[in-house]
Amino acid sequence: MALAPQYLKARIIRYIFQMSALTSVLIVALIFLFLGRESLPFVLRHGLSELFGGMWNPVSFENEQFGIIPLITGSVLVTLLATAIAVPFGVIGAVYIAEVARPAEREIWKPVIELLAGIPSVVLGFFGLVVVAPIVKATFGLSSGLNALTGALMLALMAIPTIITISEDAIRNVPTSFKEASMSLGASRLQTIWKVTVPAALSGIVAAVMLGVGRVVGETMVVMMVTGNAALITFSPFESVRTMTATVAAEMGEVPFGSDHYHALFVVGVALLLMTFGLNMIAQKVLKKYRIG
Amino acid sequence: MKSLTHGLIGLALAVVLVLGFGCGKKVETPAEKTSIDIKGSDTMVNLMSALAESYMKSHPGKNIAVTGGGSGTGVAALLNGTTDICASSRSLQDKERDLAKQKQITPQELVIGMDGLAVMVNPQNPIDTLTMDQIKQIFVGQATDWSQVGGKSGPIVVHSRESNSGTYVYFKEHVLQKADFTPQARLMTSTASLVQELATNVAGIGYGGEAYGKGGNVKMLYVKKDANSPAYPPREDLVRSQQYPIARPLFLYVNGQQSGLISDFLNFCTSPEGQKIVREVGYVPMKG
Repeated sequence: MALAPQYLKARIIRYIFQMSALTSVLIVALIFLFLGRESLPFVLRHGLSELFGGMWNPVSFENEQFGIIPLITGSVLVTLLATAIAVPFGVIGAVYIAEVARPAEREIWKPVIELLAGIPSVVLGFFGLVVVAPIVKATFGLSSGLNALTGALMLALMAIPTIITISEDAIRNVPTSFKEASMSLGASRLQTIWKVTVPAALSGIVAAVMLGVGRVVGETMVVMMVTGNAALITFSPFESVRTMTATVAAEMGEVPFGSDHYHALFVVGVALLLMTFGLNMIAQKVLKKYRIG
Repeated sequence: MKSLTHGLIGLALAVVLVLGFGCGKKVETPAEKTSIDIKGSDTMVNLMSALAESYMKSHPGKNIAVTGGGSGTGVAALLNGTTDICASSRSLQDKERDLAKQKQITPQELVIGMDGLAVMVNPQNPIDTLTMDQIKQIFVGQATDWSQVGGKSGPIVVHSRESNSGTYVYFKEHVLQKADFTPQARLMTSTASLVQELATNVAGIGYGGEAYGKGGNVKMLYVKKDANSPAYPPREDLVRSQQYPIARPLFLYVNGQQSGLISDFLNFCTSPEGQKIVREVGYVPMKG
């Protein structure tokens, strides 16, 4: 039974479209499979309890330990600090550029901010190591500038352009009628910005922050260069921390193929994936909740 | 529709299978070999590149590719059959020898030079000399204040290399006598950034190849084997004679007896010409 040529053609094109749409889904599934396959041997051999230990000491003549808790707290601490620094700067900066700055000013600000986003992370890392770390050390009277705070400062620098650019778009997309209504009720310009415009743009701003945080969680090079990489369980910004990304990047190159250490690094990868996955889920929820209309 | 879904699942499975079991082995005929791969120690990358360049200049048509990644990377590559020569700044670990036996690989060892590991501090630090025992105490975290080792009182900030570095394993094995570094130790991704950090941090101490220390703004300490022995600086003759206590050999590993290009290159490395290059790059040749 032969199909009419035009049906055949439509069908083929349909398949091609379907394939393109499925590719990314397929790749995500394959990455999950791969990570699972490589991390499972560790869990089978040592059980999960080994992973919840408080020491990460994978290369040792005495006692190899694969506790990922210090790596998780390291990533969480640096991410929280960086977010706390980047969000006020990013959101206020976006409000300024979208609502307050004169057009001529905006023409200068926007390209400069985009330039900041384009700086390679290894350059920022070197800048952090040579310039920022000694300043942090001197300012807080510490014995070393290689700590979580220095890492967070550099990461904030990477997140701010993302937050500003996307928040600014969101703020500018708030209908003028909202602002006009607010003004005509007698609200001042500042009141209008904080009580009307920003809340109306909140879903976009939250999305911007989440994208910024996503960049911070996954960033590797900068934290590897400036946080000192000591695997301590700490919540002090002045202590050295070791993040999950830095651990995988620093150790994966050396690790004997198929060893416990090798599989443990994949477990770290799975933990990192779950963390970013959770972050995305929360972002989606928040976005739905604050969406207007 | 259904057949398409099946096709996609089949494709996914095929990719997984290829990823999982497709560890391709290189097929080679040694007699016709015109190119070799060298992989391994980051410490030795400069040295191996210089040796390879010089060899290729005098042997046109031959090609030698050098990559770093760390001694562990090189050994793993040797065991997986993805490199011809492994450059390593440490000898093989027992675990790796076992793995080699499993994979029916017989690593052959060749020493092509010596590297002196300097213990470095900030130039403003008044300390000039430490004993091996004091160094151990500092790096395992038993001594945490400079006054405990005869310096001005103040916290000691320990800097180490990352665990992927051959230098890290060597230092742990021979200086710390297999004890673990203090968890407080800052792990630096390269010797260059470690030297950079020590140059600005008065409280810091770290270790690294003596060639890096010479170039940076740091002080290299004199080291005593024990409290009663004389203190030696990391100087060439003292490194070779191993009077300076923290000196290590630089190894090349190959799989089994080699002939042709590989063995010719190995001979070149230990020849007077090759040893001259070892000195030029900043290491200590096997003969004075």
